[in-house]
Amino acid sequence: MSPVDTSATGRAADKPPADKPADKPAVEPAVDKPPRVSGGRLLRSEVQLVFRRRRTVALLAALVAIPVLIAVALQLSSGPPAPGDGPPFLDQVAQSGAFVAATSIVVAIPLFLPLTIAVVAGDSIAGEASNGTLRYLLLAPAGRTRLLVVKSAVVLLFCVVAPAAMSLVGLVLGNLLFGAADAAGLSGDVLTSGDLTVRIGLLTLYAALSMVGLASVGIFVSTVTDVPVGAMATTIVVAVASQILGGLSQLDWLHPWLLTNAWLEFADLLRSPIVWDSFVSNAILQGGYAAVFLTLAWARFTTKDVLS
Amino acid sequence: MSDLAVSTAGLTKKFGSQTVLDSVDIAVPHGAVYGFLGPNGSGKTTTLRILLGLASADSGTASILGHDVPRQLAQALPDVGALVEGPAFYPYLSGTANLARLDAADPTTDPSTRAQRVANALHRVGLTAAARKKAKAYSLGMKQRLGIASALLRPRSLLVLDEPTNGLDPQGTREVRALVRSLADDGTTVVVSSHLLAEVEQICSHVAVMSRGRLVAQGTLAEFRDESGVVVRVDTPDVPGALATMAGLGLADVTPGDAAVSARLDGHPPETVVAALVRADVRVRSFVVQSESLEERFVAITGEGFDVAG
Repeated sequence: MSPVDTSATGRAADKPPADKPADKPAVEPAVDKPPRVSGGRLLRSEVQLVFRRRRTVALLAALVAIPVLIAVALQLSSGPPAPGDGPPFLDQVAQSGAFVAATSIVVAIPLFLPLTIAVVAGDSIAGEASNGTLRYLLLAPAGRTRLLVVKSAVVLLFCVVAPAAMSLVGLVLGNLLFGAADAAGLSGDVLTSGDLTVRIGLLTLYAALSMVGLASVGIFVSTVTDVPVGAMATTIVVAVASQILGGLSQLDWLHPWLLTNAWLEFADLLRSPIVWDSFVSNAILQGGYAAVFLTLAWARFTTKDVLS
Repeated sequence: MSDLAVSTAGLTKKFGSQTVLDSVDIAVPHGAVYGFLGPNGSGKTTTLRILLGLASADSGTASILGHDVPRQLAQALPDVGALVEGPAFYPYLSGTANLARLDAADPTTDPSTRAQRVANALHRVGLTAAARKKAKAYSLGMKQRLGIASALLRPRSLLVLDEPTNGLDPQGTREVRALVRSLADDGTTVVVSSHLLAEVEQICSHVAVMSRGRLVAQGTLAEFRDESGVVVRVDTPDVPGALATMAGLGLADVTPGDAAVSARLDGHPPETVVAALVRADVRVRSFVVQSESLEERFVAITGEGFDVAG
């Protein structure tokens, strides 16, 4: 789903029936029945809150600027980069514009993408707490578990939307400027431009999946503090520290457990036939992080005193 | 128990080694306007937080609208409108959008009436003209009004208003008083915490006083006043004569002032005092009968003014 889609559906659904006759004063019968557990309307409200927020739009715009910059730089440069020059896939853009999207994701994964995830995830609960709106949501009553589920769902949605926005712009702009030609995959075989689009889609999904663990850490940290900037900073420090540890060969034994271990292991998705091993093992790793940290977040959030 | 809108028994809460609530027993009858008084730091807001499920108690029980707290809060809270520790909003959303967000968070409201209910609530607090403005552009008083509007998004059985007139101008204060009265007339139970004693005196039917984490007094406003004496003050140039006459009548606490004498009536009808003064040729410039103010009573009970309890 692209961010444009999200806000468009949100907006359409949000419009109250403006000319609805005010036939009765909006009096509701006293509620005797136990409240239905419905996440739908709160979810819609949360999607609008996050994706219409100027900060989120700015984050997405910054991500989208990466493929734009890459495409413009290549367009303006005199010759194609030599093989092995610049970030992975850059030299392949000359074959097919779709590689603009692949290059953008590779460039963004180590820092830029996690940075945006850290901002959105770190803000999720702590932002409401520092605002004071958390207590009013709980008094509404949103329900602590329901609120956490909705918040987590929207953070995970952002994990998908962020790389998807980059890929979409990269694909469109790349194909426009450099043509949607067939190109050689990593196994040396030829991928049609349709194949390539599918592969870029898989790459995007892989990037989204890679962010799930970090997002879960961010949500947990966000339940611990009332200072959103602190939660954001802690989350990004986790991502960076994990990558530093991953670079130390003395810590080989630790590497399979690192959140960031498989972040760049997506090359198999560009082979023919596709090798799914890294995708599956990354899914298990990220799922494990999500299970642990979302459970911790739930345990913390459902018992803590909201004093902000 | 069930005839009380809000009740607690032995509510105790500690932060570390500090006891912030010490066995608090609150009883708010249905339909009461319950004035919750106490110096800063006496535990008022903590009590309200526990009642509303924002914080947990270390021991003791609580219930609101017949539902156990915190076990059955989800059933009770939709019928409770609350303003706790000041209003809070998303600064980048409009007044309308802020209220719609809170309404969406309540799973028991009807989304099809939301726009209308939001508009009604804004109208009720006089914010219709500012409904589309972003909350960050609101003044302190407007935020306070928006906070009260959020408590009025749907008909409530219980309103909990923590310092509702904070930041309001005199006109706004009057409006809030009128609003509380009209809600109470409709049968809504209202718990108002305030440090403005005059305000509590004007709108409340019941009063409770907290001091250093303990509930030191609770009752109807009438009971509260009965315990305090009625005081008369005579303005006169003949202070010695007035002193002698009033002491002779058996009034208590006869105190001379600057061209005035005051005393407690202690059950004497005020007209007998005037008659005695006139018979004794004491020149009376004015004669005032006044109840001891809630403030004097408050200070007498808590043994302190508005200093923060340590």
